[in-house]
Amino acid sequence: MQYVFQFGPILDRWPEFLYGAARTMELTASSAAIGFVIGIAGALGRSFGPPPVRKAIGVYVEIIRNTPLLVQLYFVFFSLPLLGLRLSSDQAAILALSIHLGAYATEILRAGVESIPSGQIEAAKSLGLKRGQIIRHVIVVPAVRAVYPSLTSQFILQLLGTSIVSAIAAEELTAIANNMAMQTFRNFEIYIVIAVIYFVLVRLCDLLFRLFSHVLFRWKT
Amino acid sequence: MSLREFGLPEFYFLLLSARWTLLLAIVAFVGGGALGLVIAALRVAPAAWLRHLAGGYISFVQSTPILIQLFMVYYGSAFIGLRPDPWPAAAITFCLNSGAFFGEIFRGAIESVSKGQWEAAKSLGLRYLATLRLVIVPQAMKLSLPPTVGFMVQIVKTTSVASLIGLSELSRTATAINTMTFEPILVFGTVSAIYFAMCWPLSVLGRHLERRVGDGRQRPVEL
Repeated sequence: MQYVFQFGPILDRWPEFLYGAARTMELTASSAAIGFVIGIAGALGRSFGPPPVRKAIGVYVEIIRNTPLLVQLYFVFFSLPLLGLRLSSDQAAILALSIHLGAYATEILRAGVESIPSGQIEAAKSLGLKRGQIIRHVIVVPAVRAVYPSLTSQFILQLLGTSIVSAIAAEELTAIANNMAMQTFRNFEIYIVIAVIYFVLVRLCDLLFRLFSHVLFRWKT
Repeated sequence: MSLREFGLPEFYFLLLSARWTLLLAIVAFVGGGALGLVIAALRVAPAAWLRHLAGGYISFVQSTPILIQLFMVYYGSAFIGLRPDPWPAAAITFCLNSGAFFGEIFRGAIESVSKGQWEAAKSLGLRYLATLRLVIVPQAMKLSLPPTVGFMVQIVKTTSVASLIGLSELSRTATAINTMTFEPILVFGTVSAIYFAMCWPLSVLGRHLERRVGDGRQRPVEL
């Protein structure tokens, strides 16, 4: 039997694709924001915290980085209700994605923190800067700046990773595609369209991050 | 309440299903590694259109989710008149996918071999492929070792996605056993431990190799 492409009926449902793309970006952005905060706290704790804290953060990072996102997602989605925390698919998805990104962000930002010469911090101390000021101006901002490219590529990996949460039927691009495939049986066409949408989203984010870096890091080091 | 308890038989069942995860990872490593060599060779080829072709391929693979790539191959097999089958679809997708990433790793390694080596080979009368094979690749191999080992961790973890087209590897078996026993903490805890046992040694090895190539650490400072 010859396969006949029919993109017409699929493309007619463009509002659903648009909605899915928006949901995907929403999931990515919110989990990235939470993950980024975890990452900063984790990197500071890993470099300057007391030994038990350093150890605990190290264990967290190693566990997350050496197990699949899908299993982390299942763990959050199926286990937390047993502990009395009832989560919707969307909430479980955001939680799992945030914990996931948090570990990678911790590792990336730690490299940034370690790239700051110790003399820099000692100089800030001798100038009488307060702890909060040192953390903010001497450590966090320069560290983020040093690892900005790695952070943005991690964001894009996170964007691609969100397709996994369709496994627990959280609402996003891939899940919407799966539903549409069940209704129309035009699976191949649908996934081609979806691939194109992801591609455009990734390129768009990449472009935005580049533009953003020009605005953000205009000043000289 | 549940159909059965989570006991030793279930544990063995999970452990046994990990061999399919390992098999798929090995297929992806070998097939993707071979494809990666070809792609890297194209990426540094003298002809511009070959470089663009390989670059476009890498860009597509790295800018779309592997799950969607998997669905495209799986459902696309109907396009050439085949019945969708999880194993071939997963094997093909993972080879094509890791091939792009290996291509980038190898290209990076090839490009960090000094330009003088190319010129020397040329002046000795070696052609492009001979230069690659005899001069560049042997030197690049050492440089590409740490990221290659690091990417193997990525491959093992990513194989879990194949469960979503129905391949009965570790993750798929885990959801099946979870449905029967309703012990998610035990089931997914065990599965995480199995993945960890496969990935962590590779992670440690990758870091060790990287440190041998990289530089030393700076002294710690009090805050």
